[in-house]
Amino acid sequence: MAAINEYNPESGITVRSAGDGDLSRIIELDGQISGITKPEYWQESFRRFGGQHSERHFLVAEKDGHIAGFIVGEIRAWEFGSPPGGWVFSLTVDPDTRLGGVATVMFDTICHCFKQAGVDKVHTMIDRDNITVMSFFRSQGMMAGSTIPLEMDLSDLEGRS
Amino acid sequence: MKLQRSSRLALYSVLELASRPDEQLSASDIAAKFDVSLNHLAKVLRDLGRARMVEAVRGAGGGYRFCGNIRRTTLKDVVEVFEPITLHDAGGFEPGDKTEFGASLAVVLGEIDDIAEATLDSITLETMLKLTNRVHRQVNS
Repeated sequence: MAAINEYNPESGITVRSAGDGDLSRIIELDGQISGITKPEYWQESFRRFGGQHSERHFLVAEKDGHIAGFIVGEIRAWEFGSPPGGWVFSLTVDPDTRLGGVATVMFDTICHCFKQAGVDKVHTMIDRDNITVMSFFRSQGMMAGSTIPLEMDLSDLEGRS
Repeated sequence: MKLQRSSRLALYSVLELASRPDEQLSASDIAAKFDVSLNHLAKVLRDLGRARMVEAVRGAGGGYRFCGNIRRTTLKDVVEVFEPITLHDAGGFEPGDKTEFGASLAVVLGEIDDIAEATLDSITLETMLKLTNRVHRQVNS
């Protein structure tokens, strides 16, 4: 599959496949938003999802020569018999460029990639306290899916009966 | 989940007004569209006015208009003017709440509350208007 490189004339944003040279900015942006710098995590993530695959995408948005955000996703088919679907599991936008359409252009691009790969649904999973990101995905038309995430404290393992 | 009639009417009103930002609508226009009493609607609009979501424009051609930010105002913001979103917010005890079954039922109901609250809080009026257009297109296709 050819590298993604799409210019959106309306917003002046280019979305393209991430390259080695983008990694330091990706680590910086994530650290800025999350408050935790995780170079090893992003190096591993880039190794797995970077490059040119039809089912794995690590994309960056560039505006005025700067990396303004990134999005990571892949096609998965592991959830209890669910058909393959696109999953977006990372989306970050430079706070200085928010409300400029960066996330929308990146999301549109990755959805287009998923569609080209033959799947007909896109999924994501967000902490319900993360209202900002959830509102963004809702504004793109996403609704609650049929899967419900469940979890358990492993410390409760002994007291289940 | 079932919303109280006032909450539903408030949501319908702000959505109707937000979808027509260049117009002022009379209370009777809104009451007629949603088939509700003018008295009830007047009370709802008064509460929305106090919450600074709608404002009355006086004079010829006057009426109500939405005066909030459709990209910021959420369904939760509107509903909370009229009723608590969660049982926790509603306060008060029901018989049996303090028993062991009451405590475990509270955990389950709390889970439902948390999901309902997050849903209402993550949908802005702008998103709701987009959803309305989408549903309308599907119904008519």
